[in-house]
Amino acid sequence: MSDVDTSIADWLDTNTYHHGQFWDLKQLLEAKAKSGRTISLCIPTLNEEKTIGKEIILLKSELMDRYPLIDEIAVVDSGSTDRTLEVAASYGADVYLSAEILPEMGFRPGKGENLWKAIYQLKGDIICNVDADIKNIHPRFVYGLVAPLLYRPEIQYVKAFYDRPLAFSEGVRPSGGGRVTEILVRPLFSIFFPELTALIQPLSGEYAVRRETLERLPFPIGYGVETSHLIDLFQMEGLAAFGQTDLDMRVHRNQSTTSLGKMAFGILQSFLNRLEKHEIGKGLEEGSHLYRQFQAEGSHYDQIVTRIEEEERPPMITVPAYRDRHG
Amino acid sequence: MVWKRKELSDFDKNRFPSTSSSLPWRVPFLAEILSTLPSIESLQNALSELRERILANVVMAGEIPSPTGEETALARYVEDRFREANLDRIGGDEVGNIAGILPGEKGDRQILVAAHLDKIWPVNDEHTVAVGVRKMTGRGLADNSLGVAILASLPMILEATGIKLNADLVLVGTSQSFGRGDLRGMRFFLAHCPEKPEAAVCLEGIQLGRLSYQSLGMSRVEVIFSRKHQGELQGAATLGVTPFLAALIRQIEAIADRERDHLTLLLGSVEAGASYSEPPRTGSLRFEVRGVDRDRIAAVEAELVSYIRSLEQSREVSATIESIATREVGSLEEKHPLVVASKKAMQALGIETRLEPSISELSALLDAGVPAVTLGLGRGENRHTPEESIFLEEITDGIVQLLLVLQEADLETKGVER
Repeated sequence: MSDVDTSIADWLDTNTYHHGQFWDLKQLLEAKAKSGRTISLCIPTLNEEKTIGKEIILLKSELMDRYPLIDEIAVVDSGSTDRTLEVAASYGADVYLSAEILPEMGFRPGKGENLWKAIYQLKGDIICNVDADIKNIHPRFVYGLVAPLLYRPEIQYVKAFYDRPLAFSEGVRPSGGGRVTEILVRPLFSIFFPELTALIQPLSGEYAVRRETLERLPFPIGYGVETSHLIDLFQMEGLAAFGQTDLDMRVHRNQSTTSLGKMAFGILQSFLNRLEKHEIGKGLEEGSHLYRQFQAEGSHYDQIVTRIEEEERPPMITVPAYRDRHG
Repeated sequence: MVWKRKELSDFDKNRFPSTSSSLPWRVPFLAEILSTLPSIESLQNALSELRERILANVVMAGEIPSPTGEETALARYVEDRFREANLDRIGGDEVGNIAGILPGEKGDRQILVAAHLDKIWPVNDEHTVAVGVRKMTGRGLADNSLGVAILASLPMILEATGIKLNADLVLVGTSQSFGRGDLRGMRFFLAHCPEKPEAAVCLEGIQLGRLSYQSLGMSRVEVIFSRKHQGELQGAATLGVTPFLAALIRQIEAIADRERDHLTLLLGSVEAGASYSEPPRTGSLRFEVRGVDRDRIAAVEAELVSYIRSLEQSREVSATIESIATREVGSLEEKHPLVVASKKAMQALGIETRLEPSISELSALLDAGVPAVTLGLGRGENRHTPEESIFLEEITDGIVQLLLVLQEADLETKGVER
């Protein structure tokens, strides 16, 4: 069992939460008051009229009006052509067009762009990003992510995960992190940044981050933003800067394989840029043949480490016996 | 914000009838008391502050599945809201109701506000609510998530509008209203509550303007035909039980035609068979008779039962006949203060009143001798379809209407002869 990384195991024990640990919002409000921090909720949008209204109604009602945990709700939009902005504004969200924030820097369409502009526009010390397409939106999507930052000053970046990878008789249930995570990001992390595999859903669009961290990170404008953040902050601060919270189930529209292909392509671009920037990947290092997955046993997470070595055979033409036989 | 605000003339001057009412329990200085009540506009303003909180309650009540007999999760949600509002004596009971009391200034009388918790949709149906600019869409929003949400929000609404009632307000989410539930929740509550409420208001999601103070007599019957012959069906028997179902349908049609000035006969479902070539050996038919004349309903029911028994004479088929639900005829007087108050509240808000005899909780209340009305809280469309929708603008008026009626009901004084 020497393949199990103890630093990952420790981090899983201390920095992985379940939203149920933070159900006591009164206590959370006390922690917020004590910390003196303000919190902004940022919802990046592009044509989300079907889900944005409910998301704002519920989060405003529960986390601003009833329990004043968040200080502003902002929608930052890439140029929706449907009624996203009208719906959002009608339920009391502050609505911004990404193109109108920092206009001297120009405008590029993409979710990463909206999140980057939001750092400039929003006031909070902590910014919590929540995607607009969550069908089963619930206050836990915000307080579950913000709470570790209020209770643990050393944590800077809290990521959501859903659909815990439970142990089944045939191994780990495959839905652990979504298709792009399991097929692209987890294998890449296993090779280049093994510790980051501990983040069960590295691509989830829900995360809360301290302003002083966000303002130091570069922002790919498209699909690669989440992956890049993880790599860059990991290079700066190590795994200890991260936390992750299990938010139970997230219901959203399913994406087609072709759109996931585009997403994977964007992520791969950002990833390769990171390797170059951090001068990683000149050759495969020791340990890079270990593939890391995780499974939950109650509230404890175990690493499932699989050794996958891709040995190679030479071209047949270089084998003397072959040449003897086939001339 | 598109929360509706109406331009209104001076409401206090012409809102409710003056003391000229012949009803003895109206206090003589009603107009003076009325002049101290908040104006419609101030109520609407106070409600606009609560807009997202009320709508959030509608969404949450809407997304919790709550089929008849399985209302526990929704009852739990209402209970949480009651606890947050610090209601007294919060509790459920063995049939699935959830109740709590908002103590009044005097607390010598009780006014009941009720909303049925059950929806017609099974647990596994999609219950996601979609929110647009002016409407929300999702299963059961109109019947009865909006009613449940306003019930759960009422303590918060009263606090925000500064309305203090003298009477205790008993808030009840009732279970098992639909179908075979047969109003079990409300009947159980009325049979077991320690003190009989002096008045009651039932909340239904739609339609605004609905006023029910008369309960129709009603009888629901399920008939199941079974073929006696167990072997291979031959000749005319290859039609299975369908000729008997057809005969009964024709009989219902004939009686419906004959009774059309007095009663309504509804054929709710006919079920038999599952394939193309296998004659159905059993088949069921459900019908309902409703009207204002209980004896006439009973006579028609007896006539149909006797007809069904005559079909059994053929010895080819047997029938089981089950009474699923009944309602007694009941009504408040048109001049009853609750009725008058409801009409006046609607008038003040520019809402056209639509009288609608009811077979819902109102019926159990009138049966138990509790004066009651049923009010619609909002406008909606596509009721009982997956696209069931409610319009958001009118909800304020629905709530203001309820507040006006509750204040009026609260003005009744105990001890005055009824």
